Amino acid sequence: MRWIWLVLGMALLWPLLSVTEFAPWKMLEPRSLHASARFLAGFVPPATDSGFLVQVALGAWQTIAIATSGTVLALFLAVPLALCASASLSISSLTGRMAPLPFAVRQGLRGAMVALRTVPELVWALLLVRVVGLGPTAGVLAIGLTYGGMLGKVYAEILESADSHAARTLLANGSGRLQAFTHGLLPEAAAELTSYTVYRWECAIRSSVVLGFVGAGGLGQEMDNAVKMLAGGEVMTMLIVFVALVAGADGLSAWLRRVMQ
Amino acid sequence: MTGPTQAVAPAAGLSLDLRAIALSRGERGGRRNILQSVDLIVAPGEQIAIVGASGAGKTSLLQIAAGALRADSGTLRLGGESFWQLPPRGRQRVRRALFLAPQVPPLPPRQRVVTAVLAARLPSLGFWRGLSSLLFPADLGAVRAALEPFGLASRIFDRVDRLSGGERQRVGLARALVAPARIWLLDEPLAALDPVHGEQVLALLCSEARRRGVTLLVSLHQAELAQRHFSRLVGLRAGRLAFDQGPDSIGAAQWTALYDVPPHNGLAASNGAA
Repeated sequence: MRWIWLVLGMALLWPLLSVTEFAPWKMLEPRSLHASARFLAGFVPPATDSGFLVQVALGAWQTIAIATSGTVLALFLAVPLALCASASLSISSLTGRMAPLPFAVRQGLRGAMVALRTVPELVWALLLVRVVGLGPTAGVLAIGLTYGGMLGKVYAEILESADSHAARTLLANGSGRLQAFTHGLLPEAAAELTSYTVYRWECAIRSSVVLGFVGAGGLGQEMDNAVKMLAGGEVMTMLIVFVALVAGADGLSAWLRRVMQ
Repeated sequence: MTGPTQAVAPAAGLSLDLRAIALSRGERGGRRNILQSVDLIVAPGEQIAIVGASGAGKTSLLQIAAGALRADSGTLRLGGESFWQLPPRGRQRVRRALFLAPQVPPLPPRQRVVTAVLAARLPSLGFWRGLSSLLFPADLGAVRAALEPFGLASRIFDRVDRLSGGERQRVGLARALVAPARIWLLDEPLAALDPVHGEQVLALLCSEARRRGVTLLVSLHQAELAQRHFSRLVGLRAGRLAFDQGPDSIGAAQWTALYDVPPHNGLAASNGAA
């Protein structure tokens, strides 16, 4: 029986592969190998003159700053949105179905968060560079807007999936919504919220390098210049620094998670 | 034994007035009646025990009385005000005056006991004081005084998940002693406690409620404890009121009938006395 599925799969795959001209073995032809070797040779050795390294260090620092400011801006958007949109803090749904007005408000906020995160930050950055000029501001704003929507949605879902027995009892005994959040939901959800936020900060670092290619400053802008000038050694150095940066962020987030336990 | 700091207004004890309460749930094969035409009138400061077999509707009755569940029909008056006619703000105001303790203690496992107990005072704290009490517990003395009679004063800074089930239940009840409530509705407060501790805790709750003048409603399945500590017992059988009188006037036959549930509820006839 399994053989029939295998044969059917191959029969479907074959025309797809030939239409997309999928031919990886062409890379191993002597002409392509030669061209690849010449291309890779341009990257070695990585550029190490001190003036350039200082430039790279500044670029890396700017990238981290853009990512962190962007994430903090996103938090200012995401935290209020998530608190208002989460159904766990709904008083009308304590005794049954949520009342229509609170439901409409919550759906509206969810829609706002969808709108914020649907537009990729690259597009935001392209638009913002025209408004605020080249430089880190556009990157920070772009990350802040998109990540605000993303963080808000996931925060709201984390709050809804946490055990709300304590929060609902507090609401039923007359406490305010924010108090029910801090004393009832936050103890449970804090670990998950922090871990997701740190992961998103790491994503923001990678994001800000990409945004640098459209003029938003940082390591990405330096890399864009180097690629345009075909300076392979400089690109190599910057790639190494970039990998080290992301590895460092990963290590920091692992340490933070251990400390939170 | 000195009593805990009082957080109750001078005009203590809320009155409760339930009339013609009915509640049903849709289930496979039709609707199941949980409560049918239940009347309950409790005067301010009175103490009553609600007894009955499991599934008789005790939890639902307590939740309806606390405004945490809406009955299909009937009226609820707390302190003379018709609860469901009030606007949402009015309802939250009335909710601030009551303390509902569910059967499962509403304690987040990773919270510390001191914060969990102080959370019961949140309704009377303003926004900023409530927030700052997370970092600097507002009234440590009151929390210690509330945990002391339950024998848990030494665990004040422990995390809730380090406590046993019985200790967690006692912390949940200690919250009543710091809450600014004028009526206590306790759902099976002795469920996780051994008989000796259970009797002590019940005696403590009754004496504290009497001292503060708050109205007390306790649902119990331990019939003898109910008979010994309460002067008015309300019996629920399959969602209907079986009796509502003092313990001495209830006959043995009525007790047996209470726990002898009709077959269509799906429960075997059993004596529920602990």
